[in-house]
Order: sequence, then structure tokens, then C-alpha cells
Amino acid sequence: MTENAAAKPGANTNPAAGLKTAALYAAVIAALFLLQFALPEYHRLSVTRIMILAVFAIGYNVLFGYTGLLSLGHAMFFGAGLYAAGLSAYHLGWSVPLAFAAGVAAGALLALLVGCVALRTTGVSFMIVTLMFAQVAYLATLYFTGYTRGDEGLVLPQSSRSFYFFGALVDLTDPATRYNLSLLLLGIALAVVHRLVRSRSGRAMLAIRENEPRAQMLGYNTFAVKLQALVISGALSATAGAAYALLFAYIGSSFTTIQYSIDALLYTLLGGPGTLLGPVFGAFLMFYLVDIASQYTSAYLLVTGCALILLVLYFPAGIVGTIKRRWLPWLP
Amino acid sequence: MDFAPFLFLASLEGLVQAAVLCLTAVGLSLVFGVMRVVNVAHGEFFMLGAVLAWWVSGVMPGSPALGFVLALVVAPCLVGAIALCADRLILARLDYNPEATIVATIGILYVIQQTTLIAFGPDARPVESPFYFRVQFPWFGYSGYKLLVIAAATLLLLATWYVIAKTRIGLVMRATRFDRDTARAFGIAVHRVYAVVFAVGAMFAAVGAVLVVPIRQAHYLMGLDPLLLSFIVVIIGGLGSIRGTVVAAILIGLSDGIISVFFSPTLAKMASTMLVAFVLVFKPDGLFASQTR
Repeated sequence: MTENAAAKPGANTNPAAGLKTAALYAAVIAALFLLQFALPEYHRLSVTRIMILAVFAIGYNVLFGYTGLLSLGHAMFFGAGLYAAGLSAYHLGWSVPLAFAAGVAAGALLALLVGCVALRTTGVSFMIVTLMFAQVAYLATLYFTGYTRGDEGLVLPQSSRSFYFFGALVDLTDPATRYNLSLLLLGIALAVVHRLVRSRSGRAMLAIRENEPRAQMLGYNTFAVKLQALVISGALSATAGAAYALLFAYIGSSFTTIQYSIDALLYTLLGGPGTLLGPVFGAFLMFYLVDIASQYTSAYLLVTGCALILLVLYFPAGIVGTIKRRWLPWLP
Repeated sequence: MDFAPFLFLASLEGLVQAAVLCLTAVGLSLVFGVMRVVNVAHGEFFMLGAVLAWWVSGVMPGSPALGFVLALVVAPCLVGAIALCADRLILARLDYNPEATIVATIGILYVIQQTTLIAFGPDARPVESPFYFRVQFPWFGYSGYKLLVIAAATLLLLATWYVIAKTRIGLVMRATRFDRDTARAFGIAVHRVYAVVFAVGAMFAAVGAVLVVPIRQAHYLMGLDPLLLSFIVVIIGGLGSIRGTVVAAILIGLSDGIISVFFSPTLAKMASTMLVAFVLVFKPDGLFASQTR
């Protein structure tokens, strides 16, 4: 599946393409920034959520799109960020930046531990092992219901709804603040992955995706490269989780269900695995498809199912992936 | 009640669970063994079996026993037909690529589950037991129907073993499983074998569901638990090994019944799920690999 979306490594090395890429990022970020003035309240909130979910999908894409490892358990990293940030704010009264950092760190640590075990397997086994670990994580949120309140979840207290940043008060109940903070996160995530893919270890990741035995033969420690990819992927997913908890002030078990793992996969598949902007477009499109479907029927997950089947049958490169292959090979 | 009869009761309950789990997991194991396809939608075939059993026994007038027998025939056949379509329309076109089929079966899972939600609604539906007969033990009376479930599952598994080990159909299946390309070279229509195996695998789940539905109720979300349990059983028993699957199903079904009495069921689930992940990583051929392969 993933080789269809393959970028030619090195296709983006010439300076003209680099300039075009930079212009494209600037245009996307600027468009999203301007969008907030045009959108009505409801849609502005939706886009805020979508941008956070896009960060999650970008993180997922590091592992799936660029390293070629299909995980079915990324909800556990999202959940690790969500719960580490939310619980430390709720029970320990940590300030927002501190809780956020705790969330990111928890995701990276969990990814490191899971990776040490799960990365001994490949292919189908890797998918099932990650699924199983995520299921354990979900059950853990139910088991420790004394701290997490399980399905019912927790609403974060008023004290963690604002914080001081270099003396300036940042109020998280303000929709505009939330919108721009999540846009900032999206920008940072894009920049991080852009740098990563062009770095030495990024190239090693692509090499593993294309042909792992060959990469091994060339002298790469493929386990270490895969572990690095998983930790970065987990940390980005946890970033999204922590941001979700702190911006919307709610944490609950439903965020760690397999549903969220599948969503990340679906966003990436729809947009185009192995493309930088693919997951962002995928998240936008899928979120609104499900949103519109849910206005008509309670069985809106039917859209998710059909999309998965159709994508894997007819459209494995995704939207951005197909555009890149047919028309614009310089796309990141 | 003393401890010994209490343990006996827990074991009986565990055996009923093990019997249904055996049927469901053997279906999953068959599909994985022959086709190398991990069918994530397997639990939904189970759910479909249960919901269709409710529908058939409701449509059928007269005694509940008659409706139940009819359901036992009709529901698995309908489920098998649906599985056959899924194989022809989706899995065959993906050429059974392992990763792509997992994603596709996740899609099938949602499509079946949500279509059932639209067609049958979100309520749990009870099905009347075909007969009410109590077997009187010295310490307590026990539902005769549950004993019938154990007996039926045992018979069906024996029949399966006979078909696979002794008949020509079984030989073709084993050949396809052993080496797909050589089987094709010997004139076996591999794709037809795949389609039949996928349908039969789904029918196993449906039969298990029809048997269990007078004890539990039919609900559109009931597929997740049997799916995860079957995964656990199939992995511990060794991917694709039928004998290992049966042993593991009895082990898991029994211990789950007994452990849940003494510990928190959530904790038991966490422990077994974690165990499975580690088995898959460190003993990928299953715990009974040496005997079965």
C-alpha cells in the first residue's frame, strides 16, 4: 500500500522546489489564519478541533506514511497526552504549560516503551500488537476510574483555563485564542516533520519503508530508526491529545478507543500517506463528511466504513498523493 | 453453597462460554490459516448471526423451538452469503494483500455494524429459548439449554475436524493453506477455495451467535467482545492452527469464567490482552507451537 504513495527521495532537493514548498506552507497557514474571520462560531470551533486532529494525523503519518509501519493503536499515544495533561492539571493543579509538557513527555515515553516490544514484529503482527496495547490502555482508563472517572470523564477546573505567558494572560475560554493556538501547533508540527523528513534519519525512514532488508544491508540500524520514528510519532500524537484536553477542558475514556486510532489512519489514507499536507486535508474532509452525515443519521460511522473500503480499493495514494504523482511532483 | 459446587457452577458457565468462543475462533483461525487474512469484521458476522436469529424467530409463528431451528439454518446461510459477497467484491480485488485487507475489513466492520443499526435500531433484542428444561444436580438445577450449547459446539467441531482431516474438500483446503502457488499449479481454483473458506469462517461465527442468543441478547454492538476474545484465542493457540485454537478457547473460556468470579473483569481483560501482545511478540507461533505445526 505505502509504496504507491512513494516520494522519490531527493526529488525536493533543488532550491526552486524548496522555495515553492515554503510558499505553499505559508499559503496554507495564512489561509487558515484568515479563515477564522470568515467562519461563523460553530465552524470556527470545528476547524479548531480539526487542526488539533490534523496534528494527530501528521504524527501518525510519520510512522505510517514515511516509515511504512501501520499502527492500529495510536489512540493510546493521543490518550497518553490527553490524560497526562488533563490529570496533572486536575489532580496536581499544574499550570497549563507544565501540564502540556507532561502530556508530550508521557506520549514520547509510552512510545519508547511500546516500541521496544512492538517493533520486534512487522506487518500484520505489528498491527495486532499495537491494537492490543491500545486496548490495554483503554481498559486502564476504565480500571483506574477513581482518578479518571472512566467513560463519564472529567471537566478541567477553572484554574487551568488560563495561564500567563511572559506576563501576558492567555485565556483558553476565548474561541479566538483557542483557534490561533491550535493553528500555531499545526504550524509547528508541519515544520518539525518537514525538517525530519529531510534529515539523515528521515531518509533512513524512507529507505526502510521502501525496502527494509536493503536498508539493513547498507548498514542502517533499522530498529533504532524505527524506534525514533515511533517516538516522534507518539510525541506528536500526544501533543495533539494534550492540546485537546487543555483547550476543550474535558478528558474521557472515549478518546482512547480504537475509533480514534482508526480515525488517524483514515485521515492519513484519505489525504495521502507520505505527504506532508495529506493528513491535514484528510482530517478536514473526513471531519466534515462525518459531521454532515451525523446530521441525518445516528449511523454516521457508515461513512467511515465506506471511505476505508473505497480508499483501499481504488485510491491508495490518497488525494494529495495522487495530485503529487500526476501533476505536482515537487509537493512535500 | 460450598466451594466445590460453586467451582463446578463456574466451570459449567466457563464451558458454555468456551463452546461459543471455540466456534467463533475456529472461524477466524480457518480464514487466517488458509487465506492469511486477518478478518477484523469477524465479530460483526457474529453480531449479524445473532440479530438475524432474532429476526427469523420473530417472523416465524408457532413454537419458539421451530423458529430457533429455522434461525439455526437461515442465519448462518445469510451471513455466509454476505461474507461471500465481501470476499468477491473487496478482498479478492485487493489480491489478499495482508495490510490492505485489514484496513478493508475494518471498513466492512463499520458498514455491517452501522447498516444493522439503521435496519434494526439500537435496542437489545431478546430471543426466546427453544425449550425450558432444567437438569437437576445434587446442589443446583442447571439450564438444559446451556448443556445443549456445549454438546452442539462439540459435535460441530468434531464434524469440522472430520471434514478437514478426512475428506477431499479438506485436502484442497490444506493444500491451499500449505502452498498457494503449488496448489494452483495442481489445478486447484485457489480463489474459489478462498471465497468458500471466508464464507464458512463467517458461518462459524454466526452459528456460535445463534446458539448464544437465547442466553444473551442481540445488539448491534455485540461484535466487539467476541472479536477481541477470538483474536486472543487464535494468537495464543498459534495463528491458523485449528487444534491450538480449540485448546486455547477452552483454556481462555474456562479461566475467564472462573477468574471473573474472583477478580475484577476489567483487570482480567487487561491481563489477558497484555499476555497476548507479548505472546505475539516473543512466541509468534503460539504457546502450543511444538505440538501443532
